[in-house]
Amino acid sequence: MSVDARAATPSATSPAPSAPSAPAAAPEAAGTVPRGPGTVPARPRAVRRVALFAGLGAALLVLAVVAAGTGQLHVPPAEVLGSVLHRLGLDVGPLPAHAHGEAALWTVRFPRVVMAVLVGAALATGGTVMQGVFGNPLAEPGVVGVSSGAAVGACLVIVTGWTFAGSWTVALLAFAGGLAATLVVYATAREAGRTEVVTLVLTGVAVNAVGGAAVAFLTFLGDTQAREQIVFWQLGSLNGTRWAYVAVVAPLVVTGLVAAVLLARRLDLLALGERPARHLGVDVERLRLVVVVVVAVLTAAAVAFCGVIAFVGLVVPHVVRMVVGPGHRVLVPASALGGATLLLGADLVARTAVPYADLPIGMLTALVGGPFFFWLIRRTRRAAGGWA
Amino acid sequence: MSARLAARGVRVAYGPSVVLDDVDLDVRGGELVALVGPNGAGKSTLLAVLSGDPRPDAGRVLLDGVDLRRQPLVDLARRRAVMLQEARVSFAFRALDVVAMGRHPWRGTPRAAEDDAVVARAMADADVAHLAPRTFPTLSGGEKARVAFARTLAQQGDVLLLDEPTAALDVRHQEAVLARARAAARAGAAVVVVLHDLTLAAAYADRVVVLATGRVRADGPPHDVLTAALLTEVYEHPVDVWHRPGTTDDGLPELLVLPVRAASAAAPARVTEETA
Repeated sequence: MSVDARAATPSATSPAPSAPSAPAAAPEAAGTVPRGPGTVPARPRAVRRVALFAGLGAALLVLAVVAAGTGQLHVPPAEVLGSVLHRLGLDVGPLPAHAHGEAALWTVRFPRVVMAVLVGAALATGGTVMQGVFGNPLAEPGVVGVSSGAAVGACLVIVTGWTFAGSWTVALLAFAGGLAATLVVYATAREAGRTEVVTLVLTGVAVNAVGGAAVAFLTFLGDTQAREQIVFWQLGSLNGTRWAYVAVVAPLVVTGLVAAVLLARRLDLLALGERPARHLGVDVERLRLVVVVVVAVLTAAAVAFCGVIAFVGLVVPHVVRMVVGPGHRVLVPASALGGATLLLGADLVARTAVPYADLPIGMLTALVGGPFFFWLIRRTRRAAGGWA
Repeated sequence: MSARLAARGVRVAYGPSVVLDDVDLDVRGGELVALVGPNGAGKSTLLAVLSGDPRPDAGRVLLDGVDLRRQPLVDLARRRAVMLQEARVSFAFRALDVVAMGRHPWRGTPRAAEDDAVVARAMADADVAHLAPRTFPTLSGGEKARVAFARTLAQQGDVLLLDEPTAALDVRHQEAVLARARAAARAGAAVVVVLHDLTLAAAYADRVVVLATGRVRADGPPHDVLTAALLTEVYEHPVDVWHRPGTTDDGLPELLVLPVRAASAAAPARVTEETA
């Protein structure tokens, strides 16, 4: 039987698919007609996107050349470029004039520059992915305790002197520690598919406390040399980076980055909430587990040799999101590039701010990142209308 | 009489409290079913079970004759679209981005070529085309609901499950959203809508299912189901059903369902009796 009762009523809109838009006379509808979606808003964000990538890319290249040339042994930018080009088989540009210039570049500076780029990209990408899966801009491996989980693993290797996996041993245990911490945070901070800001931050406090205690215990156990190593490692530093370390970190970072880019679309859908994401065909449970592993890989890569460098994963995605919007397909690569640029710049400052001293880079990023985190909490709180 | 979506003996309990108890429901293609009932009757839970979210403690839900939980999520997403009561988006995505997310199940299929056209049509249907560049958190409650509705339409499922789609909407958009939902039903879709406004349910539904304390109390055409006696009992509040003559084209008068109010002279004594 037909109960299609209202179709002919004058006040009701006709049930044709395109109809329910509004009576044509509605004043606010009049101005909206010519704007089709797809044509309206694409421009400004697309322009900003290109500008951001171009700007960051250029900054990264310039910084890399400057950073490689800066230090006790100064190498002018032209000579840095010439040295690289010669190694690539191109006979272009001048070679370093100083007798030890070539050696300084290739055994000390370049590994450090490459490491800064890798670690910066890893930290920022880890932060982006974690914020995506928690649906919360305050989530960051350092804040929620993943970094300190990884730190426990790395310190264990320093104290015990284990080498069962060669130069990979530190990275392996850092990964295990980070994974354990991420799982703990994930299991405890979520309630009914969403994470309250306050729960997340407090969970981070708890995980960081336990991680800190474990590191303290390991420091207590270690001999003098191990203690000193732990202390400086904890401050975070790229000092003493060798190609062998880069060879361990690079594949981890590349793997994590590729995975993060592949997850981007699904992370977007997760912003709708877990049930709507499921309704759109996303296996949320599996996605979460994959993200947990990706975050642990990236954090382990960042922490293994360079120690805890906080707040990069917090600041970079947030700033990038403000410029290009929250879509992860752009956000993930842009954050990786931004993180690389930021950390390379920060390392340059750490090396040059005080003559003949290599400041701990973790100290620098925390000095800037701490106040930023505070500002972000205030902002998030205002947006959420209180802590609930 | 083949049902697109069928619930068989569904039971859901949270600890000792039974939210749904032995619920059977058939929804055929081409019909719009309104799910009504008092708060806590289990409407949203039933809709969630129909969309495949919580595993029922007993019974099962079949979509096209196959248990929901045995079907791949992507296959489900191409056939049924769900709009939840509360629309939330974690980051500042634009309304256009949110609606376009509804196209995700069709990625990598030939139908992805229609993405832009489908999204544009869905946004026009939900009257949110002018909101396309606005970011989701800056929208009002009603605008958010309409964007969520547009996203649901963009998914192009022919089983639509809508949980209180009109709760935050003004009169004009309530009518527009339900007219669109019924148009989908007329085009062959199976549509289930949770509603609180019984007059609205009467106007747009082919069938009304009344839930109370987790059980189906009545299931049938609006004129058979929406009676003063049943509604008064189910809602534990006196309810009148009025017939407005001459407003429909199928010979039946339009139903107006109104609560009896204590302040009106109609039946103050009855209210006091009911609540005493």
